[in-house]
Amino acid sequence: MTAPSFSRSSLFERSSLTRRIGRGAGLVVLVLAATVAFGPLLWTLTTSLREPAESFTNPPVWLPLEPDFSNYAAVFGEVSLGRFFLNSVIVTGLIVGAQIITCTLSGYAFAMVRFPGRGAIFALFLATMMVPVQTTIIPVFVLISRMGLSDSLASLILPAIGSAFGTFLMRQYFLQMPVELGEAARVDGASRFQVFRLIYAPMATPAMATLAILAFTGFWAEFYRPLIFLQSQENFTLPLGLVTLQGTFGTGSISVVLAGVILSMIPSVILFVVAQRRFVEGITAGSFR
Amino acid sequence: MSAVTPPRTAPARRGTPTGPTDGVRRTPAARRSRRAEAAFGYAMIGLAGAAILLFTIGPILASFGLSFFAWDIITPRRFVGLDNYAAIGGDQRVVHSFGVTAVLAFSIVLLQVAIGLFLALLVDQRRRASTKAVFRTVFYLPLLASTAAVSIFMTYMFNERFGVVNYYLRLLGSSGVPWLTSDAGAVVTIVFVAVWQSVGFTFVLFVAALAGLPRDVMEAAEIDGAGPVRSLLRIKLPLISPTVFFACVIGLINAMQLFDQAFIMTKGGPGTATTTITMVIYQTAFQNLQFGYGSAISMVLFAALIALTGLQFTLSRRLVFYS
Repeated sequence: MTAPSFSRSSLFERSSLTRRIGRGAGLVVLVLAATVAFGPLLWTLTTSLREPAESFTNPPVWLPLEPDFSNYAAVFGEVSLGRFFLNSVIVTGLIVGAQIITCTLSGYAFAMVRFPGRGAIFALFLATMMVPVQTTIIPVFVLISRMGLSDSLASLILPAIGSAFGTFLMRQYFLQMPVELGEAARVDGASRFQVFRLIYAPMATPAMATLAILAFTGFWAEFYRPLIFLQSQENFTLPLGLVTLQGTFGTGSISVVLAGVILSMIPSVILFVVAQRRFVEGITAGSFR
Repeated sequence: MSAVTPPRTAPARRGTPTGPTDGVRRTPAARRSRRAEAAFGYAMIGLAGAAILLFTIGPILASFGLSFFAWDIITPRRFVGLDNYAAIGGDQRVVHSFGVTAVLAFSIVLLQVAIGLFLALLVDQRRRASTKAVFRTVFYLPLLASTAAVSIFMTYMFNERFGVVNYYLRLLGSSGVPWLTSDAGAVVTIVFVAVWQSVGFTFVLFVAALAGLPRDVMEAAEIDGAGPVRSLLRIKLPLISPTVFFACVIGLINAMQLFDQAFIMTKGGPGTATTTITMVIYQTAFQNLQFGYGSAISMVLFAALIALTGLQFTLSRRLVFYS
C-alpha cells in the first residue's frame, strides 16, 4: 500500500464494536458448521479403529488412544474388498484415461478447426448434458447385453469413454490459446495433427488435470450403473461392494464396513491434497462463461 | 475481448485461415485445404462423437420409442401406443413418487444454496488466508466420500436404537427420534444427508464468486458508508446472483435424480415415504422387467427436468443481474 493515509487497514481500524461482535459470532457459527461437517467423518474413522465387538456401543470413542487395526486386516482377509478396490481402480482409471484423450481431441476440434456443422454438432453435445442417466439407462442396458458385455467391467467403461462436459471444458481452454502459433507451424510444414499434438495439446495439460479430477470423482463414487449392470460379486466396484458388505454383515461388525468406507476415501483424499486447486476449477468450470 | 476471458462462442477467425479469397473466389488449392481441414475436424470429434451418439443420443431416442411398447426383454415387444403414459396418471406409486421427489428436491436445493451461501459469506469475512483455507477444506471434505459411503455411515449414525445421534439426544433428555423408521424422520434424514454432502459444492462455488468480486466496488461502498447488511443485499448478492442461479439449476437437476441415499438408507421406505421417481424407474424396469413402462416414466422425469430448468431460466430474467 503506497497511500498510508487512506489504506484499507485504516478503514478497518475505525470499524465499530458491533462489527467486531459480528465477526466473532461469524467465527462461532463457522466452527459449529465445521463440527457438523467433520463430525460424521471423524466418527467413521474412529469407529473403524475400535474392536469389532464393541464398535456399536455408545458413547463413541472420539480419540482412539488404542487403535485396533484388525478391521482393516479383516477387510482384506475375510472380505473381498481388495477385489472391489481393484475393480474400481480399473474402471475409473480407464474411463479417466479415455476421457482425457477423446475430450482433448474433440475440444480442440470445436475450438480450433473449422468444419461444416461445427456449431450445430457442438450444440447437440451440450444438449446431451441435460439428459439424466435414468432416461438412457434402459436402452444402454439392452445395448450392453446385446454386445455381450453384461456383468462385466467393460459395461461400465465403454459407455463412459466420451463426455460432453469434458469436451466443453477442453474447448473453453483451447479457445484461450493464440491461433498464430499453429498458423506459423503450418507454414513451416507441420501437419494439422502435429500442430495439435506438439503445440496445443501440451499447453492444455492443466485443463486435462481438471477433467481427470472431475471424471475420477464422478466415476470412483458411481453407484447407479454398477448396481444395474453388475451381478457377480467379483465384478463389484467399491461403492456397490461396500453396500453389499453392509447388508451381509448386519449390525455385528460395522467397524469392518467402516474400515472399508475409510479405505474407499483414501484415493480421493490423496488427490485432493495434491491437486486441491483442480477440484475447485472443476466445480467452477461450468459457472463462469 | 482479450486472451484472458474466453469468448462465449468461437470468433470467426478461429481455425486455420483459408486465405484472403475465402468467401469470394476460391482457388482449387484453397478448396482442397478447406476440405482437408473439415475432414481433420470430423476425425478429431469422431471418438467422443461416436460414444455420445451410441450411448446417449441413441438411447434417448430408443427410450422414447420404447415408451410406446410393452416389453419384458424376454418375449417380443408389443406396441401399446400411449397406454404407458396413460397408466402413469392412475399409478399411485408413480404419482406419489413424484410428490416425494419434489419435496426432497425442493428442500435439498433450498438448504444447500442457503447454507452454502451463508457459510461462504462468513468465510469471505475472515481476514487470514490460513483460516479461510481450513474452513474451505473442512466444508469440502464430505464431497470426497461417495454418496454410497456416506449413506452407509449415516445409516449407522441415525439408527434409532444404537445410533450415535440418538445417543446424544438421549443425553439431552429426548427419548430418541425414529430417524429412518418413521415417514417424516426418513424424509428429514435423507434431506440432511444430501445437504450435508452437497453444501461443499455450493460453498466452493460461492467462495470463488465472492473472491472474484471487484475490489474497487466493495471499497467504494465501504467509503460511502454502506454497512455490512446493505453492502450484502445491494452489492454482493446482485453481483453473485448468476452463480446463485447456476447453483440452483445444477442443484435441482441433481436433487431430482436422488437415488443412492434413498436406496441404501431406507430402501424407499418406510412404506413409500422416500420412494423417489428414480427408485420407481429402477423397480419398474429392473425388478419388474417392465422396460416400456419404465421408459415412459423416465421420459416424464426428463420432461420434468427440462420444464423445471426452463422455469428457472424464465424466473432468472427478473432476479439475476448480469453486469
